[in-house]
Amino acid sequence: MRARLETLGARTLDGIGALGAVAVLALQIVRMGLKPPYRLRRWVDEVLDSGVRSVLIVCLSGATVGASLSLLGYGTLSRFGAEGFLGALVGHALVRELGPVLTALLVAGRAGSAMAAEIASMVQTEQLDGLRMMSIDPVDYVITPKACSMIAVMPLLYGLFVVVALLGALYVGVDLLGVDRGQFLSSLEDALNFREHVAQGLVKALAFGVLVGLIATYRGYTSEPTSAGVSAATTGTVVTASVSILVCNYVITALWGI
Amino acid sequence: MASTRSSEFAVGLFVMAGLASIAYLSLQVGGLNYRGEGGLQLVAHFDDVGGLTTRAPVSIAGVTVGQVRSIALDEYMRAQVIMDLDSDLALPVDSVVAIRTAGILGDQFLAVEPGAEEVVLTSGEEFSFSEDALSLERLIGKFVNNAGLSSDDP
Repeated sequence: MRARLETLGARTLDGIGALGAVAVLALQIVRMGLKPPYRLRRWVDEVLDSGVRSVLIVCLSGATVGASLSLLGYGTLSRFGAEGFLGALVGHALVRELGPVLTALLVAGRAGSAMAAEIASMVQTEQLDGLRMMSIDPVDYVITPKACSMIAVMPLLYGLFVVVALLGALYVGVDLLGVDRGQFLSSLEDALNFREHVAQGLVKALAFGVLVGLIATYRGYTSEPTSAGVSAATTGTVVTASVSILVCNYVITALWGI
Repeated sequence: MASTRSSEFAVGLFVMAGLASIAYLSLQVGGLNYRGEGGLQLVAHFDDVGGLTTRAPVSIAGVTVGQVRSIALDEYMRAQVIMDLDSDLALPVDSVVAIRTAGILGDQFLAVEPGAEEVVLTSGEEFSFSEDALSLERLIGKFVNNAGLSSDDP
């Protein structure tokens, strides 16, 4: 009994310690991001890596998600003769919930894991120590551009995802299933407004960008300098980021509008 | 150099595409007011607006010509509805504006029936005639009352 309590206590303390370490890293990133030199070259590279190279997978997933959502919604709505509301249904689902969550999960799996693995292998091969030897702060040179590019990239990818998904839904709903184009678009535009839906989606995308960026860089930066450490950092990033994205999504949805 | 140029180009393209899609979502789908000032702005007063909301469409003969900008209470405790309409619309001064419902379960919208006068409404002016929202509950209440009265009366 005592031993169990002790493990519980140790785990809790570890967890609190890790949270504190993440917060310290976040503060360092903010400080380094605001302070010159701004290292634009590094930013471009990182946005290319985590953003541009994710465009294809994000668009492809968006198109199929939109298309299947359209099929699913049509099956139910047509029973009530309410196919006209297909646009509203698809729009609600995509803009507020599916868009930010799926984009963030995809980016966490594709770019977040790569980011953590890259930093972890830099730790393992003592490249970060090499930077310190040249009195370059690795947080400034490596971590900050990576984390910040993730935050900048997420809302942009969210926008792309939703627009492509809406196009996919429009194609399936209008061209394949025969819903009236005008009805689809007007119900979509009527059902959504900026404050309730689009702003919420953007805030979520930003929050998830912060989550993925922080978790990936923290996991990589604090990894063990071994091969096992690299793999643990990668796995840990994907698992922690995915779970925290889903939990954070619920919290934002529940708190929005209060 | 060639590779850095092309990477910058790719990033630029990506940022443009992302911003364009966010702008599309906000303006077109989100209906952030893009009509702006300068259109025809008209005012109408109602005793009861029912479930009318801002951004509800304003239509003439079923064609959407504008949207509701704001709904507020005026000094006589009536509902004051301000709407933005297409600026090239020439509505006679005796036009009637009514609150209608799209289908049985649909949303409420404003329907304008143009009048016959030569003089047209200009921006900031008020509709003289308005029809309130049809309240099903009130209709049923009236019906039940009337039925009760007629059966009680000898």
